[in-house]
Amino acid sequence: MLKQIEGSRAVAEAVALCRPEVICAYPISPQTHIVEALGELVAAGDIGRCEFINVESEFAAMSVAIGASAAGARAYTATASQGLLFMAEALFNAAGLGLPIVMTVANRAIGAPINIWNDHTDSMSQRDCGWIQLFAETNQEALDLHIQAFRLAEELSLPVMVCMDGFILTHAYERVDMPSQAQVDAFLPKFEPRQVLDPAEPVSIGAMVGPEAFTEVRYLAHAKQMQALSLIPAWASEFHYAFGRAAGGLVRPYALEDAQTVIVALGSVLGTVKDAVDEMRANGEKIGVLGISCFRPWPFEAVAHALGGAKRVVVLEKSLAVGVGGIVSTNVRTTLAPRPVPVYDVIAGLGGRPITKASLQKVFADAVRDELNLTTFLDLDAALVERVLENERQVRRSGPLPENVLKERHAVPAR
Amino acid sequence: MPFQPVKYYQTGTFTVGNRLLPPETRSVQANMRRTNSLNSGHRACQGCGEALGARYAIDAAMEATNRQLVAANATGCLEVFSTPYPETSWQIPWIHSLFGNTAAVATGIAAAMKAKGKHETRVIAQGGDGGTTDIGFGCLSGMFERNDDVLYICYDNEAYMNTGVQRSSATPPAARTATTTTGNAFGQGKNVPLIAMAHGIPYVATATIAELHDLEAKVRRAMQFRGARYLHVFVSCPLGWGHASDQSVRMARLAKETGIFPVFEAEHGEVVSVSKIRKRLPVEEYLKPQRRFAHLFSPQKNLEAIARIQAMADRNIKRYRLTDA
Repeated sequence: MLKQIEGSRAVAEAVALCRPEVICAYPISPQTHIVEALGELVAAGDIGRCEFINVESEFAAMSVAIGASAAGARAYTATASQGLLFMAEALFNAAGLGLPIVMTVANRAIGAPINIWNDHTDSMSQRDCGWIQLFAETNQEALDLHIQAFRLAEELSLPVMVCMDGFILTHAYERVDMPSQAQVDAFLPKFEPRQVLDPAEPVSIGAMVGPEAFTEVRYLAHAKQMQALSLIPAWASEFHYAFGRAAGGLVRPYALEDAQTVIVALGSVLGTVKDAVDEMRANGEKIGVLGISCFRPWPFEAVAHALGGAKRVVVLEKSLAVGVGGIVSTNVRTTLAPRPVPVYDVIAGLGGRPITKASLQKVFADAVRDELNLTTFLDLDAALVERVLENERQVRRSGPLPENVLKERHAVPAR
Repeated sequence: MPFQPVKYYQTGTFTVGNRLLPPETRSVQANMRRTNSLNSGHRACQGCGEALGARYAIDAAMEATNRQLVAANATGCLEVFSTPYPETSWQIPWIHSLFGNTAAVATGIAAAMKAKGKHETRVIAQGGDGGTTDIGFGCLSGMFERNDDVLYICYDNEAYMNTGVQRSSATPPAARTATTTTGNAFGQGKNVPLIAMAHGIPYVATATIAELHDLEAKVRRAMQFRGARYLHVFVSCPLGWGHASDQSVRMARLAKETGIFPVFEAEHGEVVSVSKIRKRLPVEEYLKPQRRFAHLFSPQKNLEAIARIQAMADRNIKRYRLTDA
């Protein structure tokens, strides 16, 4: 059914169609509208038997989900930013215990300085915690990915994070096609847990494992994630067939046939990137786009295959590994290591900085001429940075750095 | 033969020989069909108070719930000594997630049972004092506040014993630990039973491993309520406290008889019963046998510190009316 609704509402309704049994809610912008809508749906009796629990922290949210999932219930929660970091210990735990929890991450920057707007630093910081990470490009894909996520999680007994850009997607009203309950029921089988806390068949879950078996346990966690690399495309095809639209999969090639320059990106920015690329193509530039839908497990083969003809790659990413540069680009470089081509990092959109078509076309044009720095910060105000650094060189007690940057930005006169 | 009524205290403790009692008043542990939920063969130290307390508590809960019980366990001694796989001692469905989230994990289990309509399956969360009064305190308070259907049992041995005896917020004043080498400061600590009562939850109780009938009765009573319940069990630790391993029960009894540890029950935020002190003793009797308090007695007796501890015990006795006087 076509609906004109907010991205958060679309995700909430899709989650409701997946018949969750336990939902844990703790508010953090920009995730709040998702859990608010779910609370409303549970209260209205639209989800059947479902417990909606207002917990006292994100750490508790994930922990309640752990208990519920271990007891055999389909468990869901949503978070963002600082909240994701606050549950970090429980994230590793849920993955290590093999509990198929599904969580939405409404991607947002991490402080300090505190910033509520979108980038990917939050989920990127948890890329190695053992969760599968799927990135949505549109609101339609965000809602579709949740339906796939529950099936994937439960088949592999692994937790899945569905990442959608905070505000840009969560707060955008767009047309979405909401599937019917029957469609979702046909796609998503009943949850049959591999392990369950059941008095009729007592098991101990979460026991200590020493050096004699820890490597094997960790290897299996890795091997199970890698199994997702075959399940995800298979189920994306099945989803396409059943629901009549493409969603998910490992990677999303766009105008790659003869592309010599390929832009790699994830999330909602792909729309702007494709617009920029379309115009450059119209001007005769052989340039294409590779969207990454599945970031964990990292789709080595699919990426290598899609970038097989590229002479250079530009990775546009909304996160920064301080002291290194890009995160996604590091994965791309590893993938392309046997066939070295330049891989340029473009760090963009941090803390909600708009990513404009004009700025993109400028860096892409530089890349085409191989005149781009290996790591570029899109639209960085280099003069401002230099003024702040000069002040630090002159004054020992130069004061808090973010405030100094703001002072320069807004040209507040010195006291 | 003349009828002689059995008095629990005739052996000087509540752990009277069960064979003297009618079957219906014997302890769960005296029953051949007890569940041995925490089975023998685990790796607890000799004289471990926590192992004793957990064994009685969980078997009593099993009986009270008709064996429909699931347990969540915090990281700590109880978790480590009971489960180096594949040698689990647990005969019940049991999960260990993290150190600080046990109450929340239990909330999740209870929610799952409710969603699935398994109202007969009950949930216990358990941990030591570190996992309860310190790192798990946020989740514990959240569980209380929501009145989730969980019985949380804290086995309080007054320090982080699993990591080698470091101070917790349950470590008493003057006690020496690996991180309070000159004795823990006065005026600190956290009274979790009172904090639990302040949440207005249906049932809060304290117990010791010296009165195991009482411990079992409190678990049974707790299981008659729905909602959040808290049981704080005083368990001695020969390793951390520095007493002989055959003195564990005696240490717990002395804690109660001196007024150091008040044993009481509260319902909906109000104290409804207390276990009276039968023979009041000075706190020195409790402190002296423990190496963690040895610096109070040698090289010189620290009269001031002992007096302050005595004052704390006296306050407990007055506050909870632990004596009839």
